[in-house]
Amino acid sequence: MNLTKSDRILLTVNKMLLVIVSLLVLLPLLYVFLSSFLQPNTLLNKGIMLSFSDFSLDGYARLFADGTILRGFFNSVLYATGFTLVTVVVSILAGYTLSQNGLVGKKTIMIFFIVTMFFNGGLIPTYLLVRDLGMLNTVWAIILPNAISVWFIILARTYFKAIPNELKEAARIDGASDFMIFLKIILPLSKPIIFVLALYAFIGQWNAYFDAMIYLEDRELHPLQLVLRSILIQNEVQPGMIGDQMARAELQRISEMIKYSSIVVASLPLLIMYPFFQKYFEKGVMVGSLK
Amino acid sequence: MQNAARELQEEHVQHQKQKEPENKQDHQPGKKKNKNLEYIKKNYLLYLFIAPAIILTIIFKYIPMYGAVIAFKDFSPMRGILGSEWVGLEHFTGFLTSPNFLNIFMNTLKLSSFELLLGFPIPIILALMLNQIRRANAKKNIQLILYAPHFISVVVISGMVFLFLSPTGPINSLITLVTGNSYSFMSDPDAFRSIYIISGIWQGAGWASIIYVAALANVDPQLHDAAKIDGASLLRRIWHIDLPVLKPVMAVLFILAAGGIMAIGFEKAYLLQTSMNIPASEIIPTYVYKLGLQAGDYSFATAVGLFNAVINVFLLVFVNSVVKKLNEGEGLM
Repeated sequence: MNLTKSDRILLTVNKMLLVIVSLLVLLPLLYVFLSSFLQPNTLLNKGIMLSFSDFSLDGYARLFADGTILRGFFNSVLYATGFTLVTVVVSILAGYTLSQNGLVGKKTIMIFFIVTMFFNGGLIPTYLLVRDLGMLNTVWAIILPNAISVWFIILARTYFKAIPNELKEAARIDGASDFMIFLKIILPLSKPIIFVLALYAFIGQWNAYFDAMIYLEDRELHPLQLVLRSILIQNEVQPGMIGDQMARAELQRISEMIKYSSIVVASLPLLIMYPFFQKYFEKGVMVGSLK
Repeated sequence: MQNAARELQEEHVQHQKQKEPENKQDHQPGKKKNKNLEYIKKNYLLYLFIAPAIILTIIFKYIPMYGAVIAFKDFSPMRGILGSEWVGLEHFTGFLTSPNFLNIFMNTLKLSSFELLLGFPIPIILALMLNQIRRANAKKNIQLILYAPHFISVVVISGMVFLFLSPTGPINSLITLVTGNSYSFMSDPDAFRSIYIISGIWQGAGWASIIYVAALANVDPQLHDAAKIDGASLLRRIWHIDLPVLKPVMAVLFILAAGGIMAIGFEKAYLLQTSMNIPASEIIPTYVYKLGLQAGDYSFATAVGLFNAVINVFLLVFVNSVVKKLNEGEGLM
């Protein structure tokens, strides 16, 4: 490890730059988190002079005073869970079939799926179909149209291909049926891939708003992200959150507090959980890239 | 149930045995067909497994492809797709000659190509930088921070953009401190693309570096040691050892990203749109949404979407061939 002087300087600069980049990523998140407990602009005005007495849960209290955000939260849990279940089951089954050597029609089926990665009917024809099927304002509009992910199927197929064939052959000699082999041998070995797919599906659905926006007109059915959109982007304040009529400046102040606390409520669960699953996420990216 | 399945299988085996002598006398093509049929019979479970995926794909992917014919018709919901009148290319020429066309088309092209050109190199640079961190723990902690924004939803990111850039927000407080005036970012069309791209890099660059970091982990450390002995500087080693390893990954990811140029994400652009920044923020997908689902002009909106998709396929093929030339014949297709 004898580096030249210029290399050592370069490595130090590199470290410093990475620290700066990390701070650039971290500071906005920290700012939002702290602001959610403060009156608007306290953080900017007081800076490091901030004291404990400045903190309050007022924003959160007002956010939860109205049932909208909780309802959105439960709707999102329902949609994300349902979507994850359907997507993972369908992808695992299809991926298993496509991983079989000598499957008759394999190439045709692969082309059948891959075509949909490059061509699709587009927004309007899909919307008209969902409407004609009577799925508007139902959970199915969220779950079914996007349940097929070619990428998921390829991920599952790649994983199953790595399972040695000898395992299956041995079980077959012992008299196990194809279904039993899948249930008792393949599935228990597939926990990691099922977990990776489920994580991706759940988070993708949890963070999505677009399908819900076009398919669910009924506000009672809105998932968390649509509730957030009305708070953050459309500047709507639910009557339950403000109580009595108040001055415009006061309304502005409260709406800003609600915005910060709603961001924290929506994002913190995933941000706290993701470090525990980090290696699974990385695995998903890797398997997908290998093809 | 296990027994039943086993019996079924045995039956198939017997079937196969009985049929074999017949098969030998068959013609070649007939024999192949029979064999395939037998395979399907024997492994019917596999086809049962893939059936849900095929059915869902037919319904939600292929039927809408057929539905896209309304781009060539004057679709009225009362008459349905079949009953509506054909109008040929009327909607396409209508879009191409409309006064909005050039603006919306260029907005789409600019937003996504600037995003690609500025956003593509950053994950690579990040990965090369991370690769120089020798302490595994420090590296992991930095990665943990850099990946975090990926898990925040697009609605929240857009909400944060509005909060940070609002006239009374933190960025404007700094600007006011220096210049005495605040700047209204969200109502300035000139600022839209920068806001879109910078927030995208903030959210995605760390996550996008994963794949490069992993590729760099495959570099043989002995190569670096040997180069060090030969007196190669750090930058030279990165240039001659690390970068060539990343080249194939870069080629594939660039083709994929460039192929998606016209398929740029609708979601964030729509959220960051304000009535003031429309001159820069109206792109084809947001236009299709507004025309089709908000104004109910289904046929015209479908035609605009189809036009976009066709351009996209041409772009994909074009970029693929260019990368192939630059990358010694290695492309995606």
